[in-house]
Amino acid sequence: MLLNALLLALREIRRNLLRSLLTVLGIVIGVAAVITLVTLGNGATLMVKQQISALGSNLVVMRPGQRLGPGHDEAGAPAFRREDADAIAAEIRGVASVAPVVSSTVTLVAGAANWSSSVTGTTNAYFAAGNWTLAQGRLFSDDEEQAGKAVCVIGQTVRAKLFAGEAPLGNTLRVRAFGCEVIGVLAAKGQGAMGMDQDDTVLMPLATAQRRLTNSRAVGTVMISLKDGVSASTAIADITALMRERRRLTTAQENNFSLMDTRQIAETLSGTIGTMTTLLGAVAAVSLLVGGIGIMNIMLVSVTERTREIGIRLAIGATGREVLTQFLTEAVALSACGGLAGIGLALLACLGLAAALNMPFLFNPGINGLAFGVSAGIGVIFGYMPARRAAALDPIEALRRE
Amino acid sequence: MRPPLIQLQGLTRTYGRGDAAVSALRGIDLTLFSGDFLAVMGASGSGKSTLMNILGCLDTPSGGHYGFESIAVETLNQTQRALLRRHRLGFVFQGFNLLARTSARENVELPLLYRGLPAARRRQAALAALDLVGLSDRAGHTPAELSGGQQQRVAIARAIVTDPAVLLADEPTGNLDTARSHAIMELLTRLNRERGLTIIMVTHEEEMAAYAGRTLHLRDGLIDRDSAEPDATSCC
Repeated sequence: MLLNALLLALREIRRNLLRSLLTVLGIVIGVAAVITLVTLGNGATLMVKQQISALGSNLVVMRPGQRLGPGHDEAGAPAFRREDADAIAAEIRGVASVAPVVSSTVTLVAGAANWSSSVTGTTNAYFAAGNWTLAQGRLFSDDEEQAGKAVCVIGQTVRAKLFAGEAPLGNTLRVRAFGCEVIGVLAAKGQGAMGMDQDDTVLMPLATAQRRLTNSRAVGTVMISLKDGVSASTAIADITALMRERRRLTTAQENNFSLMDTRQIAETLSGTIGTMTTLLGAVAAVSLLVGGIGIMNIMLVSVTERTREIGIRLAIGATGREVLTQFLTEAVALSACGGLAGIGLALLACLGLAAALNMPFLFNPGINGLAFGVSAGIGVIFGYMPARRAAALDPIEALRRE
Repeated sequence: MRPPLIQLQGLTRTYGRGDAAVSALRGIDLTLFSGDFLAVMGASGSGKSTLMNILGCLDTPSGGHYGFESIAVETLNQTQRALLRRHRLGFVFQGFNLLARTSARENVELPLLYRGLPAARRRQAALAALDLVGLSDRAGHTPAELSGGQQQRVAIARAIVTDPAVLLADEPTGNLDTARSHAIMELLTRLNRERGLTIIMVTHEEEMAAYAGRTLHLRDGLIDRDSAEPDATSCC
């Protein structure tokens, strides 16, 4: 009987093909929008996670100030010193390397070319902490680090901008007022988690940067890479205790520095993207509701139009329940077809957009199943009222209707 | 004596209530046996359509008793009446009432669909019924492609395909010209004689009523004349 009802429903949909198509358009668009947004959101989350793991898996970043993430408040918080980094390296267990970092954006000149880039003063530990490898050249020597000599290691973007077609090693790069010898070139890393170009960078010894660029002994951030298998939370707790002690904070005072590990950054970022995805998906879901109302409208029209047919069916022995089933099946078949079409449309849109936005395409069976279920459910909810109206018709009245 | 197929006792039907109440039927007594061919006549407003609707289990009586076979129909609920229609009754209407844009065969199959017959058996039974009404070569035509007489034949095929106990025909020739009306009446007569099909037909044409074995005249919700009891007043 149910199969029969389904066949009848499909025949009725085919009979009014154009109207059926227009009716389900709302469902098609709604389902496609929800799936596309959620799928792209999942892709973006995956991309961020991949990029952050490329940054170095077990990395803890220490910054002055309290709040984490965007809007980070550094005002009034004392900066770090190189000694803080040394103390962490010496006293905390499980630490692989500690790199104090100062950064500044500076215009670089080499020959006739100039380019504005981020210049970072740090130690050799930075290469290990940030998962950097050298394409050519060498790291800083102890002598260069201690004396603050004017040497630098450049990223691939800087190399391309300033030394196009030239061998950079041994060449001089003018950083603000001083000339800096290029001693190494980093291997390419590509785009970072926030979309910035990680290869657009110049690294020099910490002492050099402090003396010649920032003109202060302050260290902006400290990057701490942990040994494999070391728990980030334990390390963070140990570092926090150590730093509180070094900064002489009383128990009543809050931390005036913050620590965040890469996993936490990844979670924060994917959490933000997840929230956005949910929000956009919810907005798209509203169009599903509108689509459902469209179906109810057409089903009501259909019941009125087919009053006589309903009368005939009742007269030849259909029970009210069977008429209800028939109309309900029609509404559900209609919205389910719309749901399937929406899934197809979403698939095309996702493939196209993922290719265009250079994002991974993740097929998410959950959201597809959910969207299909919701579209069918909309058929049930919005089809019920018209179907009940059909089933409640008086056969005598219905037959009399022209 | 064989048991009656249909037995009406003091059947009444009142529409509305209070001062606005209108009595369409005011006490009908009627006994019908299997194989009867009854024509119900009367002016409009005499109650013949109401009687037909009640006999067809589309409407419920306000009072009195309607026995169908061994069932007291007035005690049935809506679903039970639908099932009674499905299994024991066949309907033919003045306006044919076929489903538009649906082939003759599919129209005839419709009642079988509700009986839950498999497709192959539905098809077979539908073609046999169409053959019986002389339309086996029109099975694939939609109502729009058939003449009025042919449409009514399809409707008759649809009514008899379930092999009902009673065929209820409401002005079956009302929309047809004389020649086609006679052809339909001949078909009904043949079904009555050859298959022993019980037929109750409403008509206002004496000519058509003449095909029936028994004629009932209604007036103001009461039986005025019954050909089975030539002189009702002299009875008993």
